[in-house]
Amino acid sequence: MTGPALIFDKPNAYIGQSTPRADTNRLLEGRGRFVDDIQLPRMLHAAFLRSPYAHAEIRGLDTSAAKAAPGVVRVLTGADLEGVVEPYVGVLTHLKGLRSAPQMPLAVDRARWQGEPLAMVLARSRAEAEDAAALIEADLDPIPAACDAETALDPDAPVIHPEFGSNLAWERLVDVGDVDAAFARDDVQVVSRTLRFGRHTGVTLETRAAVAEYDPSEDRLTFHYSGQAPHMMQFIFAKHLGLAEENVRVVANDVGGSFGIKIHTYGDEVATAAAAKLLGRPVKFVADRYESFLSDIHARDHVVEARMAVDKAGKIVALDFDDLTGIGPYSMYPRTSAIEANQVLNLTGAPYDLENYRARGRVVFQNKNMMCQYRAVGHPIAMAICDGLLEDAAAKIGMDVVEMRRVNLMRDDSYPRASASGMKLDDLSHQKALNVLVETMGYDALRAEQAELRARGVYRGIGFVSMVEVTNPSPMFYGIGGAPIASQDGATVRLDAGGGLRVSSSVTEQGQGTNAILAQIAAGVFGVPIERVTVTTGDTDTVPYGGGTWASRGAGIGGEAMLQAAHALKEQVLEVAAVMLQSDAATLDIQNGSVVDGSGARMTLSDLARTVYYRGNELPSDLKPELIATRHYRVTDFPFVFTNGAMAAHVEVDTETGLVKVLNFWAVEDCGRVINPKLVDEQVRGGVVQGIGGALYEECIYSEDGQLMNATMADYLVPMAVEMPDIVVRHVETPTKTSVLGAKGAGEAGTGGAPAAVMNAVNDALRPLGATLWQMPMTPERILKALGKV
Amino acid sequence: MTTHDITITINGEAITATVPARRNLVDFIRQEAGLTGSHVGCEHGVCGACTVEVNGTPVRGCLMLAVQADGAHVTTVEGLADTGRGHRLRAAFQTHNALQCGFCTPGMLASALEYVEGGGTADRTAIREHISGNYCRCTGYQAIVDAIVEVIETGEGA
Ligand code: FES
Ligand code: FES
Repeated sequence: MTGPALIFDKPNAYIGQSTPRADTNRLLEGRGRFVDDIQLPRMLHAAFLRSPYAHAEIRGLDTSAAKAAPGVVRVLTGADLEGVVEPYVGVLTHLKGLRSAPQMPLAVDRARWQGEPLAMVLARSRAEAEDAAALIEADLDPIPAACDAETALDPDAPVIHPEFGSNLAWERLVDVGDVDAAFARDDVQVVSRTLRFGRHTGVTLETRAAVAEYDPSEDRLTFHYSGQAPHMMQFIFAKHLGLAEENVRVVANDVGGSFGIKIHTYGDEVATAAAAKLLGRPVKFVADRYESFLSDIHARDHVVEARMAVDKAGKIVALDFDDLTGIGPYSMYPRTSAIEANQVLNLTGAPYDLENYRARGRVVFQNKNMMCQYRAVGHPIAMAICDGLLEDAAAKIGMDVVEMRRVNLMRDDSYPRASASGMKLDDLSHQKALNVLVETMGYDALRAEQAELRARGVYRGIGFVSMVEVTNPSPMFYGIGGAPIASQDGATVRLDAGGGLRVSSSVTEQGQGTNAILAQIAAGVFGVPIERVTVTTGDTDTVPYGGGTWASRGAGIGGEAMLQAAHALKEQVLEVAAVMLQSDAATLDIQNGSVVDGSGARMTLSDLARTVYYRGNELPSDLKPELIATRHYRVTDFPFVFTNGAMAAHVEVDTETGLVKVLNFWAVEDCGRVINPKLVDEQVRGGVVQGIGGALYEECIYSEDGQLMNATMADYLVPMAVEMPDIVVRHVETPTKTSVLGAKGAGEAGTGGAPAAVMNAVNDALRPLGATLWQMPMTPERILKALGKV
Repeated sequence: MTTHDITITINGEAITATVPARRNLVDFIRQEAGLTGSHVGCEHGVCGACTVEVNGTPVRGCLMLAVQADGAHVTTVEGLADTGRGHRLRAAFQTHNALQCGFCTPGMLASALEYVEGGGTADRTAIREHISGNYCRCTGYQAIVDAIVEVIETGEGA
């Protein structure tokens, strides 16, 4: 990769420093700008009537009492939106054979999950809208539902979309090498397990929220939302509400957590935009927590039959699994709900040297809330399958789990290469990361302590994971399949008259520190103090076109675009400076807000900019300075830029209560060049805690007939401070060669890896008692069942 | 619907309004006073995002009705910023990146302030216990604990 060299070694480079996030000031002082903070003249508030049944015919909705209720301005049903909203279908052409049915924001004649919006009330206050929604008389006829993914393909299961003839949405098979022959070898030992991964969800502390404004005089929609991908939503509203794309503005200011939850097309949000258009006045919708549990996408929901064959030396000879995943009644639009299973097939075993690999994935419709991409899409499943079986096999052949990984992990000098599933890999460091991990955690001492405590009836376990994370995706992820999802991102840098930099970028901020690292890169590469940089993200009217923040791409892709733009602006400025100072641009640099040469500061940037902007008469007429530069960047040589990590969990299992206490957690991460160590560490920690949540606590519990039983924050358990350990984070830095910046993503590794490490640790604790557990979350009840105590 | 005329002093400013009996305090603060720094995460007393000070004690603004706060003095995150109270905590939150999205932060600060001003020790477990009524979905809590520990160890108050 060619480009500006030496940017990392300059004084004030910022890249690599734990610069504090400037925009935390306003959040700390209560001056955040979240969607629910917006108040507009004549704004109405929306409340939804949602289906109480998992599957029901809608015979009629009598809205007369609701319409007459105090404060109500309008009540809309599915029928009212026909012709207003073009139905949407969540398929992608590169996921061959994937099918899903057309969806409308409000169900039209059939409700297909508990929580599906049926009608929308628009009133002067949310309270009045809710009162009126309760007055809608819904004549619903519950019909048999296919709730359980494991039985949804049975011949007698109710078919959710009769036109498809079955509940199968998609299936894919990867078959590499000769798996059957490998399992048939007489020198191998085989472990096989059924792994179950319950549903969980994002529980962003700020629920989904939207304020839609429509101005009929200009046919213009402005949609303020709590989300991650403004340009994607711009396309979606334009297409499905029949507006010109340039007449749709999508704004995402402060977002109270997203984790992938806020990157999808939700019926209630589309209905909010449609209602604003129909009524010509602003409409606000803020999901309450109950709605959020019922309608924010859920994650996981997999049952995996898996087996692994290993030889006497601990070498994995073959890996074979069958993954069944339930996605709800539709594939989510526009990213689809098949990506998670696709990732499981792509990523399982990817850290390891593996010749014989077979993976089958089936994605099935069911009458539950929709399942789709959530932080670390597919990763926790993929890592738990391979590393779970690896540690199981290690126990079976009596080999240490670290040693077994050393035997099987790809060698650090073996790249570029591909995984068994065909993923192109480069710049990874599994062996080194594992070594750093083992050293950091004091592995040998921990094992000794574990043995000593076991003798005293204290059951502690140590579990590992070696993992890859998909980051910096190329157009091969979505764009190739026809989705309106940009894989490239843009950055604009402008030198203002005062000598400050105004930068904007198409990646977005949900608390990761996107804006902070963009400022670091711009300030460092261009050469101004970071205080002189202001950053705009999350507004389709003003930022360059791009994909937003997802798949751990903000730093790697948005950051590289910013680096290139800042460098381009610097070259322009130096060209102007060279003319003004009558010197050679090659001898000039920009440092600390001034143009400098070997003898020191020659001119401040503000002098330069004021001359250009105000006193152009002082410049030669053939000099036409542009004190603004825009650059775009996309990954071209690889479908994804993988990172790697090695993590370990240390747990204690109380065999009387079944409670698991995570005592320690260590994460060694190689995300390439680290732009801001503090922010990366905190991304890893936050991710690990969500991973621990998925492994031990979090589950959307459904009744057999498809009722979500724990849709409150009191009943759905998210990790609390007192349950969580301090998490040690270390780095190996292998910059990616696909960019000058060299940064890969870091946002999802913790969530992707922690569940496998915790599961392995729990099983390490349980094994001497003759028990193991292969179901997440590993709740006290399940642990006691595994121990045969209940 | 029954309504009541009430006056609540928020950050030193008396606000009088006619409110329905069912309006909770945090909605009053956000809607009547226009102070949107206090957040709503669950509306059933679990997440702590709505925590504000009522007559000097942290209270879940979603569990108290506005009419119950008639005549009370309320301090919100904006009020803390205005008076400078808690400035060391805010600085430590920034240094340690003890907030990501910042949605939990107003409530978290209120609980942290109670702990530090109440003479809490720098014991990490005790701090974790104290803030366990405040959910944070982003940080994993460690940075928040680090920030509180630093403020206590500096020994100059919150
Ligand atoms: S909103 Fe009050 S505790 Fe969650
Ligand atoms: S910083 Fe996002 S919930 Fe705490």
